[in-house]
Amino acid sequence: MKDINARITKATMHVTQNEGLIMEKSSPGKKAYKLPPLDVPEVDAGKLLGAVERHEPAELPEVSEIEVIRHFTRLSTWNYGVDTGMYPLGSCTMKYNARINEVVARLDGLANAHPYQPERISQGALKILRQLSDCLLEITGMDAITLQPAAGAQGELTGILLIRTYLETQGNPRKKILIPDSAHGTNPATASIAGYQVENLKSCDKGMLDLAALEKQVTEDVAALMVTNPNTLGIFESDIQQAAEILHARGALLYMDGANMNALVGKARPGKNGVDVMHLNLHKTFSTPHGGGGPGSGPVACKKILEPFLPAPVVITKPDGTLGFDYDRPQSIGRVRAFYGNFGMHVRALAYILANGPDGLRQTTEDAVLNANYIRRKLEGVYELAFKTPTLHEVVFNDRLQQKNGVRTGDIAKRLIDYGFHSYTVSFPLIVPGALMIEPTESESKEELDLFVEAMRAIAEEAAQDPEIVLQAPHSTRVSRLDEVRAARNPLLRWRLETKAAAD
Amino acid sequence: MRYLPKSPSDRQEMLREIGAKSIDDLFAPIPVSARVKGDLNLPRQMAECEILSTFQQRAAENAQGYRSFLGAGAYHHYRPVVIDSLISRGEFFTAYTPYQAEIAQGTLQSIFEFQSMICELTGMEVANASMYDASTATTEAVLMAERVTGRKAVVVARSVHPEYREVLATYAKNQDTPIAAVSYGDHGRIDLTTLEKTVNDQTSCVLIQSPNFFGTIEDVAAVAGIAHKRGALLVVAIAEAVSLGIVKPPVEADIVAMEAQSFGVPLGYGGPYAGVIATREKFVRQMPGRLVGQTVDKQGRRGFVLTLSTREQHIRREKATSNICTNQALIALITTIFMTVYGREGMRDLAKQNLAKAAYAAGEFGKKGKVLFSGSPRFNEFVVQTKEDPYVINNQLLEKRIIGGFPLKKFYPELGNAALWCCTELTTRGDIDAVVKEVA
Repeated sequence: MKDINARITKATMHVTQNEGLIMEKSSPGKKAYKLPPLDVPEVDAGKLLGAVERHEPAELPEVSEIEVIRHFTRLSTWNYGVDTGMYPLGSCTMKYNARINEVVARLDGLANAHPYQPERISQGALKILRQLSDCLLEITGMDAITLQPAAGAQGELTGILLIRTYLETQGNPRKKILIPDSAHGTNPATASIAGYQVENLKSCDKGMLDLAALEKQVTEDVAALMVTNPNTLGIFESDIQQAAEILHARGALLYMDGANMNALVGKARPGKNGVDVMHLNLHKTFSTPHGGGGPGSGPVACKKILEPFLPAPVVITKPDGTLGFDYDRPQSIGRVRAFYGNFGMHVRALAYILANGPDGLRQTTEDAVLNANYIRRKLEGVYELAFKTPTLHEVVFNDRLQQKNGVRTGDIAKRLIDYGFHSYTVSFPLIVPGALMIEPTESESKEELDLFVEAMRAIAEEAAQDPEIVLQAPHSTRVSRLDEVRAARNPLLRWRLETKAAAD
Repeated sequence: MRYLPKSPSDRQEMLREIGAKSIDDLFAPIPVSARVKGDLNLPRQMAECEILSTFQQRAAENAQGYRSFLGAGAYHHYRPVVIDSLISRGEFFTAYTPYQAEIAQGTLQSIFEFQSMICELTGMEVANASMYDASTATTEAVLMAERVTGRKAVVVARSVHPEYREVLATYAKNQDTPIAAVSYGDHGRIDLTTLEKTVNDQTSCVLIQSPNFFGTIEDVAAVAGIAHKRGALLVVAIAEAVSLGIVKPPVEADIVAMEAQSFGVPLGYGGPYAGVIATREKFVRQMPGRLVGQTVDKQGRRGFVLTLSTREQHIRREKATSNICTNQALIALITTIFMTVYGREGMRDLAKQNLAKAAYAAGEFGKKGKVLFSGSPRFNEFVVQTKEDPYVINNQLLEKRIIGGFPLKKFYPELGNAALWCCTELTTRGDIDAVVKEVA
């Protein structure tokens, strides 16, 4: 058998241990906890609770502390994170998560602050909310902001509700939201939850907004256009100002999905380019950790005309000069989340901004764009470029050249894992059949990029000469390709005590 | 900038390879009129030690070292130190959504364990991979009930956390969902007679919280009976997850929406927390959010994947069950570790200590003042009515470095000078005795 890993220069097989479910390690009497002695009288739960007392304990695992540590440590070794290596997941901005952010978010006065503790002993937290707000307004060129939305999708909803409520005060909320065909799936889902119909806007052959089509489709029924800028192809919508003019002339507003703001910070301010409202993803652009899929944070910044409708509460300066919350907002869209949003993420994002300063943020944006263009240059021709239009922070190829040998984008992505990289975003955006969507971020050195390029070239060669290697990949992971059809046909969504024997 | 791994000559070389004269060439697609000129007006770049001292300053301006009796949807429980040790592993906290299952088995298996443990605790058959928090999970649960029943109207107990109800109202307004509120009786539980009259053939679900916002445990079975008789579902919200160690889970519910913050998640001034939706198997396809399922790889080895994603926005777009995209994976991991540390016996022991502390405190308050709703079972919160305004009392307590109970008049003006007090396993008898002396 030939060595299928001959070309791989970065990765090697690493130690990976067998590890079952934690419930399967359980054995009665083992403990990982110790409570202090009770300093108040013992109570009779039956007497206090009567019929609502629980008699059947939940079947939670019974294990010791060392087993807890080993179990989750072993699980962690089956994961790949930004700390492990390049994670070029397009539109996700998988950048370095600075350790100082984690340290400051865990400081006692911040991590242990109760959301309802009186304002006079919450001034530090309020100052953080205020300073982060000020910084984000400067970065976006907007007038007002809420930090309450829990993630990007909720930010989108908040933004669309601002538009809806504003239009209602104008007499007519209107019926439709226009969304380009390159948009992320959350955009149409959000519009629908906000009570709008979705109308698709076809991109032009350059992969950008088609102003002529927009002109035609913006009727009295259209409330807003939702646009991602740069869009999901990494292309800056150079006609954004003209698009805003078309919309504004007909009483509609412009919403910008800020998922790709990492291409613009310090370079262009949406608020100065006709955008009325936008959300930011603090877990993308502002380096708060992705955490294996959350928590995120999705602040929404808007123009003056939308400010009265922001969710309550907002931070205000009180007559005595201290900070406080203002709940008295009669025109507000209402609350979108309990308390004030994901405060822990606000702390981290502010720490990131302070670590960078204006020069660091600009350099960050420049490096992100430089890295993506470097990859584009080095891989163009090896993979087909979906659109020739210049791109900023990410680049989208397709798998047309590899398809001849039966190799698809999903296969290339799996083989990339063997080379020691996380995969790029597969099969998105939908307007590029067989898409390979690559966003390196600023966090990659030239050396890591060169290894990535080398890996992608090697995989293209394998696809041409020995496609089976690619089609069967990955070869180096704890498990090989998993049967997703089986998972969906016979959903097994939990462990049960009675199936323990069967699993063994 | 210390996070950026490139030397000036690296940048020059890369530009040369690209064929660009300067970095500005790469930003040419942005019209000149749309570009930022000069520096943004932001604080200058700081050294790590400056950042640390800045936030230490902010932390010092917040309460530190106070004894707190606040609950009301955010609970101060002990956080075993193994939690931060484990979640600080970069493989967990710097990874993203497990789209590539082969290099995300750690996240996927831990979510599968989370789903399993949540089912065991809540008595439900299936749980999702987590939601933002309980306020949004509750709202999503109600929207789910509408999809299941094909009905629109919602009946909500006023004893549900007021901020959860506010979030629900925001979503409901744009879904044309009428909300009817049902008040509580003298016992601090939903008024069953009014409920009976309010629920009708248009009702998609009844939403209650148990233990409710007053700390009182609802008669879930009775409420379920009323809802089910009219073909409506029962959604039960749970804000204090530790209660499930000793309080019977709401098995009569159709959907449980829970806040898991109590399971080792820092109070963090309100977030991030982790919401939960758990339900019956037959409703799984109407469930929002991500789900992890067990399957096998090509060699037949057990592995885990995201599954049933045809419900979700990236496939279904505007027809999705929800617009939610991320879950709260890292926070769900915290709660999974917490549930593992305490386990089958520990969860009951922990809950029992909470029960005992609150019972003792309520007893002490009751000797000198009025504890409302004392005829009904409660877990670790109770309502105390005082002669004096609780805001005034709390201001006095702050001088003693004590944070008093949550004044209820903001949300329940009819309760006058009532405040919601909470005791957990971290509240000492000394704290309780000290505060009772001050308040009474």
